[in-house]
Amino acid sequence: MSVTAIVTAVAVCGILALIIGIVLGLVSNKFEVEVDERVTKVREHLAGSNCGGCGFAGCDACAEAIVNGSAAPNACAPAGAENAKAIGAIMGVSVGDTNPKRAFVKCNGTCDKAVRQSNYYGIMDCVKASTMPGGSNKACTFGCMGMGSCVAACKYDAIHIVNGIALVDQPEKCVACGACVRTCPKHLIELIPVNQTHMVRCSSPLPMKQVKEVCSAGCIGCGACVKQCEHDAVHVENHLAHIDPAKCTNCGKCAAKCPVKVITTGEAPAVSAAEAS
Amino acid sequence: MFSQIIIILISAALVNNVLMSQFLGLCPFLGVSKQVDTAMGMGAAVIFVITIASAVCSCIYLAILVPLNLTYLNTIVFILVIACLVQVVETILKKAMPSLYKALGIYLPLITTNCAVLGVALSNVQNYTDHLVLYSIFNGLGSSAGFAISITLMAGIRERIRTNDIIPSFRGQPIVLVTAGLMAIAFCGFAGVI
Repeated sequence: MSVTAIVTAVAVCGILALIIGIVLGLVSNKFEVEVDERVTKVREHLAGSNCGGCGFAGCDACAEAIVNGSAAPNACAPAGAENAKAIGAIMGVSVGDTNPKRAFVKCNGTCDKAVRQSNYYGIMDCVKASTMPGGSNKACTFGCMGMGSCVAACKYDAIHIVNGIALVDQPEKCVACGACVRTCPKHLIELIPVNQTHMVRCSSPLPMKQVKEVCSAGCIGCGACVKQCEHDAVHVENHLAHIDPAKCTNCGKCAAKCPVKVITTGEAPAVSAAEAS
Repeated sequence: MFSQIIIILISAALVNNVLMSQFLGLCPFLGVSKQVDTAMGMGAAVIFVITIASAVCSCIYLAILVPLNLTYLNTIVFILVIACLVQVVETILKKAMPSLYKALGIYLPLITTNCAVLGVALSNVQNYTDHLVLYSIFNGLGSSAGFAISITLMAGIRERIRTNDIIPSFRGQPIVLVTAGLMAIAFCGFAGVI
């Protein structure tokens, strides 16, 4: 190998790289796409985990939609109120205070309380299992099946299966993206205000006798809570009590009177004080 | 000539499939084959890039490297050219055809360093002595079509096995590799075609 060969090799590679560099520069100059700089700014204020909670294909798509005006500045729940305000400032609109929310599972039918009607052997996935005849392994067809489709859907490790039912046992991790709400085939999960401590932990619309047959923890629709409430926040509809978080003051009088102790958002399944002691 | 081109196409797409018999470009094959849609997008992007890269690389080989007796530099020069080419294609697509960019764009950066692209470009200049540019284009087209076929088939299989009851130790990547191995054996059946 002579010196000239080395020099030629270096020269060829160097010149080629130079030409390529120039071509790249020219092309990127000529074909520059003007991106609305607000999109990048908005994108920086989104949560960035691509959870899809906003309903768009990802954070980039959400940022674009916000700038286009097809999504509200507070479309990204995980980003929180501060970022929503910052996005509102970028977009030049004011954002009302968004009330932080979290997910809540409306079922209290733990293994010891809900009656099992069958043993399920199959794919451990609520969505698939719910298409089976009977609809559930529990006798209560409205209850949580406990196979954890919501746990798989949660990107933030906030919801887990505890004692046979789904439970948002780490509410501080929940960002209210709504992934579990959309996944649950029984539509048991609801987004409630973070500071709400009293909710009805049951979804069964059946009358007292039928609820009692399948679950000792279900709401029987007796209406004792309605009588206790001083703020008109509790109502019984279809044999099922429901608390309106907008009116509720978390006084706890309904929960104290409830004969089945179903009014709680408890971070642990309602193992009542009487049972524990 | 025409029959030669047909042979090149079939041999590149099926008999010497880049994924199944040459084991090139396995990273996207395992990474982007979870859904049929994305796999097809990736396949289309690869067809696009490999065909253009084969043409450009063989042109540069003939015009620069051969006259200067620098053919031993082909690997480094081809890497340079392919990386630049993908970048240029991405930039132009973004401006000229935003819809196509939306469909293929996210896969283009993945292809920059794909060994299948470099492998096809290198095997072109090794295998063909006459009509290099023409044969290279068709070999590139065939190889990348083979890539698209394999990755789409793989994605179809993966969509099916995702809901299957697989032994815990085989879940995830292991079962995919086993599947890939079985697919490769199946592709051996094409060896008798030509």
